[in-house]
Amino acid sequence: MNSGSCNGCDIELVASLSPRYDAEQLGVRLEGSPRHADILCITGPVTNNAVNAIKTVYDQVLGPKAVVAIGSCPASTNVFIESRTLAGPLSKHIPVDVFVPGCPPRPDAIIQGVAKAAAILAERGSKTAITELSIATVTEEVQP
Amino acid sequence: MNLTTALARLLIFPGLLFAVPAAWFILWMERKAVALMQGRIGPPFMQPFFDFIKLLGKSTPPRPGIGGLLMRAWPLIAVSSAAGAVGLLPVLPTSGGFEGDLILLLALLELPSMCIIAAGFSSGSIFGEIGSAREAVLSVAYNIVFLLAIVSIAASQHTFRLDALAALPASPLRWLGVLALLVCLPAKLHLNPFSLPNAEQEIYSGPMVEYAGPELAMWELSHGLEWVAATGLVATLIAPHIALWWLAALVFVALSFFIVLMLSALASATARLAIDTTVRFYWQCTLIFAVLAVSSALFMRLRS
Repeated sequence: MNSGSCNGCDIELVASLSPRYDAEQLGVRLEGSPRHADILCITGPVTNNAVNAIKTVYDQVLGPKAVVAIGSCPASTNVFIESRTLAGPLSKHIPVDVFVPGCPPRPDAIIQGVAKAAAILAERGSKTAITELSIATVTEEVQP
Repeated sequence: MNLTTALARLLIFPGLLFAVPAAWFILWMERKAVALMQGRIGPPFMQPFFDFIKLLGKSTPPRPGIGGLLMRAWPLIAVSSAAGAVGLLPVLPTSGGFEGDLILLLALLELPSMCIIAAGFSSGSIFGEIGSAREAVLSVAYNIVFLLAIVSIAASQHTFRLDALAALPASPLRWLGVLALLVCLPAKLHLNPFSLPNAEQEIYSGPMVEYAGPELAMWELSHGLEWVAATGLVATLIAPHIALWWLAALVFVALSFFIVLMLSALASATARLAIDTTVRFYWQCTLIFAVLAVSSALFMRLRS
């Protein structure tokens, strides 16, 4: 999801799905609907206008879920720091699990970040599985 | 065929025990084949199974009222009808008792598509409604050809019974009908030239947009079972009649997987067509051949 990014990170995100990097070899798939997603990737320094949209989309992703902040902007608002149009950094609004720094980060760094988020997600899923007595094999699901 | 063999067909082969792993395998095979043809490595072998288990473990949004109840019901109806269609396939040359005919198989194959249309409209999402409208138009477009192909096959062989069709040697007219069926399969399975009802980029997978967790898992499963049923139908129509049951099963499986590979190759080689182009393709280009097949089948029948 783009929260006011310059589109640099978004292009790298697309590149990580391309034949050269192929994130699908880890079983990762790009989903359009937040209802289908497990890992939410957010780029951009979080502008004032984007805050509500981010919260809505975050709520639409159903648990267990993980958030990856891609690029330096969501982590620290980068060069836009102290701008009056920004409400960043991202961690003020929603819990972030993995930060992938860089301006923009390389596609392999993005894939590594998503894989780390998947590991966190697997841990979280197994915890809920134990408490709710649902499927115990849920840990296997996101293993690369 | 008594009750136990009927149950065995529904539950073991070619029913659920075979069809559910086959569905996952076909879903993986399609993704892997598309990835390989794009020069990528593609998903790991067990990925559709992992996805299914993962989706079962996720939570679903609250769905109050009758609308919510309906939304929960559609994927279940779709899965059960697709599983029933797979169970009807006359793979093994045993006979007696209940045997479905082509008409029942067609109805069961059509039900998941109806459920998709209803699901999109009951989700209330604008993307879901667009997807459902497209699915409805698409199903009107390809079903004419699909039904005509089935009618021509049945007329050329003088029977609607599936086991009789599987047992009879194929006539040239039947090959024409099978060809028309193959043309309809990409639209029926929402594959790439005709994938507009579930277009990921434009309408966020259309009717499925509001589904999550176990409900989405059921949709995935019903899609996989549709794959098994549709490719299995073509496989049983073109497979030669073999008395040995294990060889018949083996030929059936090999033919189904071959059809899956061909369809995946088509999907990765083509781009998504617009709805008017799709409808024109089925109504103008393909319908002629289907009508030709039916009329020649009826003509041959009148002469004989």
